[in-house]
Amino acid sequence: MGRKLLLEKAHVENIRHFDVYRREGGYRSVEKALKTMNPDAVTEEVKKSGLRGRGGAGFPAGMKWSFLAKPEGVPRYLVVNADESEPGTFKDRYLMEFLPHILIEGMIVASYALGSNRSYIYIRGEYWWIVDILEQAIEEARNNGFLGKNILGSGFDCDIFVHRGAGAYICGEETALIESLEGKRGNPRIKPPFPAIKGVWDCPTVVNNVETISAVVPIINEGGEEYAKIGVGKSTGTKLISACGNINKPGVYEIDMTISVEEFIYSDEYCGGVANGKRLKACIPGGSSVPILPANLLLKTAKGETRMMNYESLSDGGFATGTMMGSGGFIVLDEDQCVVKHTYTLARFYRHESCGQCSPCREGTGWMEKLLLRLDRGQGKMSDIDLLWDIQRKIEGNTICPLGDAAAWPVAAAIRHFRDEFEWHVLNPEECTRRNYGLAHYADPLEVTVA
Amino acid sequence: MADEKQLFKVTIDNITVEVEPGTTILMAARQIGGDVTPPAMCFYSKLQGSGGKCRTCLVEVSKGSEKDPRPMPKLVASCRTTVMDGMEVKNITSDKVMDARAGVVEFLLLNHPLDCPICDQAGECHLQDLSYEHGKEGTRYEFSRRTFEKEDFGPYIQLHMTRCILCYRCTYVAAQLTDSRVHGVLDRGDHAEISTYISKAITNDFSGNMIDVCPVGALTDKTFRFKNRVWFTKPVQAHRDCDKCCGKVTLWNRGDEVLRVTARKDEWGEVESYDGKPGWICNTCRFDKKKLSDWVIEGPTNVNRHSVISTNHYVNGKVPQETIAEVMGGRQPKLLMDIHDVSDVNDPSVDLSVIPGPATGATFNNKKQQ
Ligand SMILES: Cc1cc2nc3c(=O)[nH]c(=O)nc-3n(C[C@H](O)[C@H](O)[C@H](O)COP(=O)(O)O)c2cc1C
Ligand code: SF4
Ligand code: SF4
Ligand code: FES
Repeated sequence: MGRKLLLEKAHVENIRHFDVYRREGGYRSVEKALKTMNPDAVTEEVKKSGLRGRGGAGFPAGMKWSFLAKPEGVPRYLVVNADESEPGTFKDRYLMEFLPHILIEGMIVASYALGSNRSYIYIRGEYWWIVDILEQAIEEARNNGFLGKNILGSGFDCDIFVHRGAGAYICGEETALIESLEGKRGNPRIKPPFPAIKGVWDCPTVVNNVETISAVVPIINEGGEEYAKIGVGKSTGTKLISACGNINKPGVYEIDMTISVEEFIYSDEYCGGVANGKRLKACIPGGSSVPILPANLLLKTAKGETRMMNYESLSDGGFATGTMMGSGGFIVLDEDQCVVKHTYTLARFYRHESCGQCSPCREGTGWMEKLLLRLDRGQGKMSDIDLLWDIQRKIEGNTICPLGDAAAWPVAAAIRHFRDEFEWHVLNPEECTRRNYGLAHYADPLEVTVA
Repeated sequence: MADEKQLFKVTIDNITVEVEPGTTILMAARQIGGDVTPPAMCFYSKLQGSGGKCRTCLVEVSKGSEKDPRPMPKLVASCRTTVMDGMEVKNITSDKVMDARAGVVEFLLLNHPLDCPICDQAGECHLQDLSYEHGKEGTRYEFSRRTFEKEDFGPYIQLHMTRCILCYRCTYVAAQLTDSRVHGVLDRGDHAEISTYISKAITNDFSGNMIDVCPVGALTDKTFRFKNRVWFTKPVQAHRDCDKCCGKVTLWNRGDEVLRVTARKDEWGEVESYDGKPGWICNTCRFDKKKLSDWVIEGPTNVNRHSVISTNHYVNGKVPQETIAEVMGGRQPKLLMDIHDVSDVNDPSVDLSVIPGPATGATFNNKKQQ
């Protein structure tokens, strides 16, 4: 049984409200930080914790904070990224819905560390009911002296504002988010300059994921070193995983990163196995942008080691045989799923969500979608598969923001690991509209690699 | 202070230049000139914030700087990447760059209608030049191309959204030169489009410069629409006293007729600068001064001899010697058909600049009947 740091109290009745949250030990970290620590010490503690960004890229949070420029007389901003639009990812929603105060608490501490007197939550427009929950929590915190002027007599002022997006995945990209927050079209900016130097209204800004900021609470309460003891290597602390797809128990799970992928899928504590007694075919372990893996490579790395649910192990083998932790959107596919169709669905998503600024992403995503649709319907050609490979290769790395890469990787991984399924669609144009390729050999044990 | 500014040394395709700190790789490459200069479809040195979007100017940085010689992991947009001292850049000497650029050209042409034969921009289109130099013949795209609903921008500017490459230059012009921007990019991804949203005319002063910065035929001069192919017109430099703009223009003439007025362009296709200030022109000069007598003519425009516009032109022109007669033992080549005998389209007795709309077959037929 792993430790729970974030969701421990999620099911306490009325924990959504300040009084209950406070009674359960909430806002201790604010007291500790504001009364006994200076801002740099808070940053230092986060550095020691080894906390990595939970939004997708896994960049060390403490390091990001220490990069923040601090010119005299210029305001600095903390922006919490609650745009959560990556298909398969719904952990931030769960956290904000049940425990809004842990986010507010984390934000106060983080704002104190960064010197942000006005901090923002940028939330996706579709989460409209959560806006109300958050605003109520902010109101309660303000009424109890945790927000506003001179918090707890420390001389630190802080206010939090919730800003609703209008339903664009791209506004989760931090610079697009900043543009959108400023009231402009959500186009990613060209970097450099990075937000740490020029962010919101050209002021130094830190953008962090909801879960990242919430994790600051246990870090301050328990100390960075204690936090770092949980997990392994550079995967410290706990991680929220939103599990979905063909599993018995979809939902949000908090794991410490020491369990194996196999345990996560099959143990009753987590996903409870593949639904309806089916067999596991493939899995996208970190949200739609990360490479899909067939069952055999998912459970064991190419070296034959057990694959664990942490940053290092999931990415073991690079993109050739590995994948990424990403945002923790864990999508499981059983033997009845068609990888071609699945890849098409993702391609359609990225085509629809591209901002359209740069030519490779704008044109390439649409082209890939059309080819995949054709293949899925059995109207494709063998050469389409190579063409898809060439298109994704020309998008990847050549765009302004990582959405281009995110659109290219799922296609690349699907072709890399499931090429025979694509070919089967071309060779059996009629049959492929009636039945699926099935599990094939994707769960076969891996050949033992000769060292 | 008298001491010299420190200059950065940057080597592009093995050619070294010294530039001021803060210069981008692209601008450094322009100082060298020639093939070393990456093509730029969205960057426009006179428009703040432009660039970074089209990705045609991608280059490989094989050495970051003298201090930190590590190469950059990805190709970078040269228009938005500033040089460091000792930087080494590969443009046409890098296979990676050429491959990526061919990809970008393919992407730009993917949904392009390729309607050059009826496009007023043909002959001065940067996409044509780009495709000619970096594109492949043929396409691998087998789907119908994107179309848009037509939108009318009023009497001056003609929009062909299907040709737009979403370089955003026109939005920067509108934001930086006109008193208020009334158009922008609507929607996103491959369905993004240039629009005023509520179908408004774009007539505010200086808006005509959007036509000059548009690298393709998406925004063209409506008063010149279908009047003539640019290579049949004769560009001359002219000026007038204008209280709003520099008044320095290029007139595109046909005989004594002024068919079109544009700002003057430099070798990179951008408007010329005068005393460090870009020579944007106002809408009065562009759209309302269509008589030769409105202008003081300075002389013929220097046209690059590689340009199709230079055909039949007079400056630095060297007509190649006809050799057929020589090798054919004195016999003259026989023309099967002289286009001017059978086509009235370039009939000089039709005053194209004074007819109200675009020239059509009827324009010429009517003339004949009279
Ligand atoms: C297309 C795109 C969409 C993104 N969407 C989100 C998102 O919805 N939520 C999020 O936290 N990060 C998202 N990110 C990552 C952010 O750019 C940024 O890295 C993150 O907010 C940083 O926070 P962290 O360091 O705490 O992870 C997205 C990135 C890209 C390229
Ligand atoms: S990669 Fe796609 S989403 Fe990102 S800036 Fe370019 S067009 Fe926009
Ligand atoms: S209309 Fe022309 S200038 Fe404007 S974005 Fe399109 S291609 Fe660029
Ligand atoms: S000119 Fe550099 S990206 Fe377009």
